[in-house]
Amino acid sequence: MNARAFPTGNMPLSRREFLKASGALVVSASAPAFVGDALAQAPAGSVRPALLPTELDSWVAIGKDGRVVAFFGKMDMGQCLDVAIAQIVADELDVAYEKVDVVMGDTALTCNQGGASGSTGISTGARPLRNAAAEARRLLVESASQKLGVPPAQLRVDDGVVSSMSDPSKKVSYAELIGGRHFNHQVEWNKQTGNPMDIKVQAKPKSPSEYRVVGKSFARRDVAGKVYRTDNYVTDVALPGMLHARVIRPTRAACTVASVDEGSIRSVKGARVVREKDFVAVLAAHEWDAVRASRMLKVSWNETKKDPFPAMTGLYDHIRSAPVKKREDPVKRGDPDGAFKTAARVVEAQYEWPFQSHASMGPACAVADVRADGVVVWTGSQKPHFVQTGVARLLGLPPEKVRAIWVPGPGSYGRNDAGDAALDAAMLSKLTGKPVRVQGMRNDGIAWDPKGPACVHRARAAIDASGKVTGYEFISKGFSRINIQTNESDPSHSLVGMSTGLPPKPNDGFNVPAESYGFENKRLAWETIPPLLDSCSPLRTAHLRDPVGPEIQFGSEQFIDELAYATNEDPVAFRLKYVTAPRDAAVIRAAAEKAGWQARPGPRATLTGGVYSGRGIAYAQRGGSIVAVVAEIEVEPKSGRIRAKKFTVAHDCGLVINPEGLRYTIEGNVVHGLSRTLFEEVRFERDRVTSVDWVSYPILDIADAPETIDVVLINRPEVAPTGAGEPTIRVIPAAVANAFFDATGVRLRRVPLTPERVKAALSRA
Amino acid sequence: MASIKFAVDGKAVTVNADPNMPLLYALRNDLEMGNPHFGCGLAQCGACTVHLDGEPVRSCVMPLSAVAGKKVTTLKGLGTPKKPHPLQAAFVEEQVPQCGYCINGWIMTAAAFLKKNPKASDAQVREALAGLKCRCGTHVSILRAIKRAQQQMA
Repeated sequence: MNARAFPTGNMPLSRREFLKASGALVVSASAPAFVGDALAQAPAGSVRPALLPTELDSWVAIGKDGRVVAFFGKMDMGQCLDVAIAQIVADELDVAYEKVDVVMGDTALTCNQGGASGSTGISTGARPLRNAAAEARRLLVESASQKLGVPPAQLRVDDGVVSSMSDPSKKVSYAELIGGRHFNHQVEWNKQTGNPMDIKVQAKPKSPSEYRVVGKSFARRDVAGKVYRTDNYVTDVALPGMLHARVIRPTRAACTVASVDEGSIRSVKGARVVREKDFVAVLAAHEWDAVRASRMLKVSWNETKKDPFPAMTGLYDHIRSAPVKKREDPVKRGDPDGAFKTAARVVEAQYEWPFQSHASMGPACAVADVRADGVVVWTGSQKPHFVQTGVARLLGLPPEKVRAIWVPGPGSYGRNDAGDAALDAAMLSKLTGKPVRVQGMRNDGIAWDPKGPACVHRARAAIDASGKVTGYEFISKGFSRINIQTNESDPSHSLVGMSTGLPPKPNDGFNVPAESYGFENKRLAWETIPPLLDSCSPLRTAHLRDPVGPEIQFGSEQFIDELAYATNEDPVAFRLKYVTAPRDAAVIRAAAEKAGWQARPGPRATLTGGVYSGRGIAYAQRGGSIVAVVAEIEVEPKSGRIRAKKFTVAHDCGLVINPEGLRYTIEGNVVHGLSRTLFEEVRFERDRVTSVDWVSYPILDIADAPETIDVVLINRPEVAPTGAGEPTIRVIPAAVANAFFDATGVRLRRVPLTPERVKAALSRA
Repeated sequence: MASIKFAVDGKAVTVNADPNMPLLYALRNDLEMGNPHFGCGLAQCGACTVHLDGEPVRSCVMPLSAVAGKKVTTLKGLGTPKKPHPLQAAFVEEQVPQCGYCINGWIMTAAAFLKKNPKASDAQVREALAGLKCRCGTHVSILRAIKRAQQQMA
């Protein structure tokens, strides 16, 4: 991580200029104009300090009208994270929730809190905001104390008005105390950048029992703008003189450019070709001309490696036999090998998960304006501060010369094609000297985005004569989840970087199941294998929503079911017997109770009216949160279709900030998880990815959406809040597969659970 | 190049462009409307849906020449915050969440369908919306919103 990943002043546009211009320039609608007015009219002597985490003004501001702005260095990806931040700030400052605006995702306005990352928006992202708001309140009460001649302990704050407890006529508002001016107050920064960034302040934040706003449901702030089409997406950013670009990616993998026939687009007036080594793009003033030219341009490609990919049918054998590049054993307890030697019985199984695509709703888009005095990039990337770093390094500029502005994009579930688009746009703006808007075509968003890694999971358990599990081993082997880094701060991890000659810098990482099963001899390990192609691979792997969580838990939570049945236990009872964390047990119980779980130590496997029906449970932890889900499904043996009827989710993420917002977030997890379980698999041939659109990369259709999603929120005000953006998705695949077993008595150990596989499995049974 | 006249959200417009250019690019680029969205360019997702003389069409594959003399309605023309279409109001009420890039497709398709089939059953609604994509998994809240709008319209 670059320590200078946050701006330190000397921006192309100053903070004030930006705020003044925010009406004219297309930027996030969350940057309210009043701040600009307030700052523009700031009295002499009130100088806004540089944007540093050590400045209270970098976190919170109070306008002349008493409205509050929270500057948040992460951003909301459509799960109303901004609402939760506003709630937290409102409580600490004692102002009405409606008075708090949240500015997100602009490197000139916010510190680098890591962007959207790992469901940490609340757990780590809210911490400095909470501290800053508490400190601001302390300073304001102190200032009021001097003004009113009343000791701070005898003052109270109601909706931004400080008054004397004994004489309510003695009062002064935040707006009167500081409105439109700056605190110019130092706070203690923990010297961390990204997710762990935090500040220490003199004020003591409130205890949960004092919360008035946190814990209540508030509506999302972005829905109306999207429903009435009054807010902009990154795709809508337009600059004067802007060129539209389409990057030309080869149909095949492992290609370099032999030659480009610029004459092939001569008939498209005004269209031009830009080439830098193996990076080729067409540009035109009108978007349609760029699209047309991209289809007409003739490029001759050189093959650098014949058939870089295994046959798709041989993918899992390839993984099993591939050399191990890196291995870690994060959980090693007792003597698993010894337990297997003395076991009365050993149960074994393997589970397989394919490459999956982010396949965002629209292919990624970015706009860049590279000028001599600085660069501005508008990006849908969920980590704009790292776009800033990546663009600076790509162009050979200091980071403070680059400003990245996040504008909502067409979906974001990790390191998707947005990271590539931002750097593409910057390179093209540099090469043409004009503002450039890049948007992919559909195949760019499915064939060429970084993929969730394919993997195989080997599980085995030792069982003694009494039916007790004495040894447990779960080893995942697959492509690295960070072959391409989780952010775009290093251009070596971008397509434009690699295609212009930067060396790939593959990283190796995977993960292990997250649970508290107390098997006394236990090993959880992971192994990564080399990428299929080192540079510019359409099957390069990176973070996709809950990186390797659904993949791993699909295996581990199915295997727990298999062990339950192998030992003649009900799957819920078996889990409760072995989990050791009380919160885990509570979540499992809550899901089972709410779903009306009926215990049985074997599958239902009964065909009624041509349909099998069954239910399955799965549970997991994630970053401090715990989730259990009961899936109820029907299986039509004739068509092979699996229909999800109902999901019951029990969710414990500590203190609940916004219950309704949390419910919606959990629902999205369920359906996205169901889509990945039933439908999604990147298809490929020996030399190319053949999933290029929604036909060749099917996802869930509304016909397959579950009828009911029942959510039980377990609120634990005494526990600091943890994440919700991803935990639920990891338990969906196993819950569905376990329900399938309950329904049919047959195991499906390979995702996706397609009708063909269902029919084949049932016919073998 | 051709000069093609049509109406967008009640306003007469003339676009000078390649008659084979999809309507989507005329709306987004020539007429500088931020809506509809490009999702796939293949009529596979619905993000670009507009009404053409009241019928939902995928503007990403609708050649401009086919629009001459017709009435195009976009999401902005369907309703406004002051005068919302019942579906828009319902989508706000139900807080249909996540990225929202697909919302245009769902509302425009459902609006045309409910106009003809206000009392459609849940199964009929699902059938009518088949093929539309949502990547964030908001389908359940979309269905709730449509149901709410149906009740409003009844």
